[in-house]
Amino acid sequence: MSQLISLAACFSLLSLLAVGGGTAVLPEMQTILAQQFGIDHLRFVHIYSIGQIAPGPNMLMVLVIGFQVAGLIGAGVVLLSFFLPSSILCFYVGRIWDRFGDSPWRRTIQNALEPISIGLMASGVYSVAKASIVSPITLALALLTLYLILRTKINPVFVILGSGVLGFFLLKFF
Amino acid sequence: MTPEGSSYEDDRVSLSDLFFQFLIIGAVSFGGGIIAYERILLIEKRRWLTPDEFMGYLAISQTMPGLNSVNLAVLSGDHLRGALGACIAAIGLILPGSLFVLAIGVAYTTNTDHPLANLILAGVAAAACGLLAAITYRIGDEHWKHLKSLLIIIPTFLLMSIAKLSLPIVLLIMAPIAIYIYRPRANS
Repeated sequence: MSQLISLAACFSLLSLLAVGGGTAVLPEMQTILAQQFGIDHLRFVHIYSIGQIAPGPNMLMVLVIGFQVAGLIGAGVVLLSFFLPSSILCFYVGRIWDRFGDSPWRRTIQNALEPISIGLMASGVYSVAKASIVSPITLALALLTLYLILRTKINPVFVILGSGVLGFFLLKFF
Repeated sequence: MTPEGSSYEDDRVSLSDLFFQFLIIGAVSFGGGIIAYERILLIEKRRWLTPDEFMGYLAISQTMPGLNSVNLAVLSGDHLRGALGACIAAIGLILPGSLFVLAIGVAYTTNTDHPLANLILAGVAAAACGLLAAITYRIGDEHWKHLKSLLIIIPTFLLMSIAKLSLPIVLLIMAPIAIYIYRPRANS
């Protein structure tokens, strides 16, 4: 029970802090999960990567974390606590926003938050990289993916799955 | 008749259509790019929003915490059918991926430390990292070239990753600075 409450508290907080989308809270999530729920960085990155193969919003992998900690109920608690607080906030802000219309502060807040969330995303890249890039082969696969995503129109899912297969053979035989 | 390009009145959108249209997006958007799917649905396929309304809602979605795609579903659902519409649209968007993730997650949890799975996951994780870097680079777009933006991006990164401060503290430090830098100015 106390696990469920701390899951709910942790993910509600992350929900409200996820400025600029879920990836901004990746480093924070990783730290909290390691400290409070004993989910180490490698496992976190595995779960994160599984989430990248799924359709829909890219942070649905939080459900797997809830599942790992407290089974299906844990997944349900995480789903509600990660998506409800920010959605309710957005809902009400959307209604107020319509009334404020074109206040110059609206532009200011948006302009100010954009680079912050980019900085936080960069931190997300850094923390995922620390756990996933552990050898020359994984570094090569990450760089290859980066190149393919930026330079081609291949669906990222195929790139990720392809990297999984390629990584399997390379790591097995080298 | 509603003229081409303008949005329909609230009560013309059925809740079931709203639900299924977002459900489809939730089910087919493998590999991200949900905002693009939502844009096609809302502006082109169903014409539920004008391009201008869409951009306004997108801006709020990006400014507010939470996932942009979910926020956008909440706002357009509310616009079309009020609070119930907001719930319906968000649930439709989240449902397929949730089931997908849970199915794989259960398999992962029950087979942890399987040597074969770990080798595949090593490659998948490396690629996920490359993908995240690519998305960050792309979302950053023009910001990477502007000194003003870099003055916020770099300290945010350093405070978070190197100084290892917690996220609320990083936001408390950086948000006032950023708002000051971008404050509204007279005659600009």
